[in-house]
Amino acid sequence: MKFSGKVIKYGDNVDTDVIIPARYLNTSDHSELASHCMEDIDKDFTKKVEKGDIMVAGFNFGCGSSREHAPIAIKASGISLVIAKTFARIFYRNAINIGLAIVECPEAAEAIEDGHKVEADLDNGIIYDLTSGKEFKTQPFPEFIQKIITNGGLIESIRRGDIK
Amino acid sequence: MPMTMTQKILASHAGLDSVEAGQLILVSLDRVLGNDITSPVAIKEFNKIGVENVYDTEKVTMVMDHFAPNKDIKAAVQCKMCRDFCEEKRVTHFYDVGRMGIEHALLPEKGLVVSGDVVIGADSHTCTYGALGAFSTGVGSTDMACGMATGKAWFKVPSAIKFVLTGKLGKYVSGKDVILHIIGKIGVDGALYKSMEFVGEGCSELTIYDRLTICNMAIEAGAKNGIFEVDEQTIEYIKQRSDREIVSYKADPDAIYDEVYEIDLSTIKSTVAFPHLPENTRTIDEVGDIKIDQVVIGSCTNGQYKDIEEAAMILKGRKVAKHVRAIIIPATQDIYLRAVENGLVKIFIEAGCVVSTPTCGPCLGGYMGILAAGERAVATTNRNFVGRMGDVTSEVYLASPAVAAASAIAGKIADPNNI
Repeated sequence: MKFSGKVIKYGDNVDTDVIIPARYLNTSDHSELASHCMEDIDKDFTKKVEKGDIMVAGFNFGCGSSREHAPIAIKASGISLVIAKTFARIFYRNAINIGLAIVECPEAAEAIEDGHKVEADLDNGIIYDLTSGKEFKTQPFPEFIQKIITNGGLIESIRRGDIK
Repeated sequence: MPMTMTQKILASHAGLDSVEAGQLILVSLDRVLGNDITSPVAIKEFNKIGVENVYDTEKVTMVMDHFAPNKDIKAAVQCKMCRDFCEEKRVTHFYDVGRMGIEHALLPEKGLVVSGDVVIGADSHTCTYGALGAFSTGVGSTDMACGMATGKAWFKVPSAIKFVLTGKLGKYVSGKDVILHIIGKIGVDGALYKSMEFVGEGCSELTIYDRLTICNMAIEAGAKNGIFEVDEQTIEYIKQRSDREIVSYKADPDAIYDEVYEIDLSTIKSTVAFPHLPENTRTIDEVGDIKIDQVVIGSCTNGQYKDIEEAAMILKGRKVAKHVRAIIIPATQDIYLRAVENGLVKIFIEAGCVVSTPTCGPCLGGYMGILAAGERAVATTNRNFVGRMGDVTSEVYLASPAVAAASAIAGKIADPNNI
């Protein structure tokens, strides 16, 4: 699985309330959720995000509520991959389950800066910062996780018989 | 292989003699829970799987509590979707307006969770039921959908942190202060992916309601679950509500813990978490002069009868400060009724508070108490993130019911001992 895009970077403890505020949880429409993504932490996010962009963040990304609307909003906004130092556990599970690629890599999350161009090859566990020329190693995605993400989520993987 | 309490429950539900931290297992579920925010997403996913029925009509549970009674048309559509689904699939435990309560107060009250159970819920505070000796954890809507279809969920077996409690809490100090103290100590990711296991003689000095509050906020330290050993109080609580067998697990004496903390309950003071993280704690003597605009007493964390009663005893014969809106939300219909019958609602109204039907409303900035720019609230809720209760420049200070009630009277964050 290969990803390429410009980086939009945030700090530690980005919670699901700022990813998608509860006042918008009266809908589960993906594009509507995406239109409010990150608005309480970065009101320009929806203007600057482009399809394929990569979100980079610090520790405990996605902490707080179990709302699956959070990874859905990020994915529907066009973000292809989230790189963080660590993820909160419910968010981690939800992201994989809905087919949003996420990877823990503290070194990359520390060094990569906002606006950098980044490529990631998660079959081989390599993150490459094109702007700084630095390369980072991470755990490659196991095959079943790759399948969940390329299928667009766990349910579709079950339906296609890729997960039994 | 020695096991923790959590690991023993997971092993029993995976059909295994033992499990160890890091192992991936598939477990059978005793209950699958969702609310009016997370269930609609789960229902859409469930419908894609292609199974006709839910795995067990008695075990799937939906509670309309977040934006119910419906706050707007969109919320009404979401609740209707849950209502129609539960009717079509013959789901027994569907709780709508008039019968519902805040889910994590309602399920223990109705006897729907007992010790030894494995419960998943599409709500992060599902970890509350560890207070009854169950393994319970929050998941997302997709996991809820798969759980409704198959009755199973996969887990990575967690390692654990042990908290050995001794001593006894002082006056006006409760479970909320204990968990805020712990989160202040270990941080909002201090127990990330792990179990928090509470043991020691101090546990018997905590009421079931203190324990429910403590386990409720385990997620606020990043934990997968929080759990107490079953004791006489647990057995008494469950027996009054359920005929099911009470299964109790204790950790093996040589079980491996990542860390062990010893906490003397008698040394814990009333504690307040400042914006914008639950780990930003200060004891009540360190808070300084923080003027407030609103007080919220309720939520899945502190909406139990004991919580409402404690607030009422402080507010009795006193008045809420003129510039403060005080909102009291009993967590279930049963608690509300008892509050009416025992005169607590009269005390609140005479003091200048409003008393609401059960709802999660203000806790997550949904409705029933939204803050304007720059406003401050003391709340007995569980999160104080940016914009959690309203405008992004508003502030939430997390505290116990006693501190919240005292603050409503004083018009600033206050120590109940000084009222």
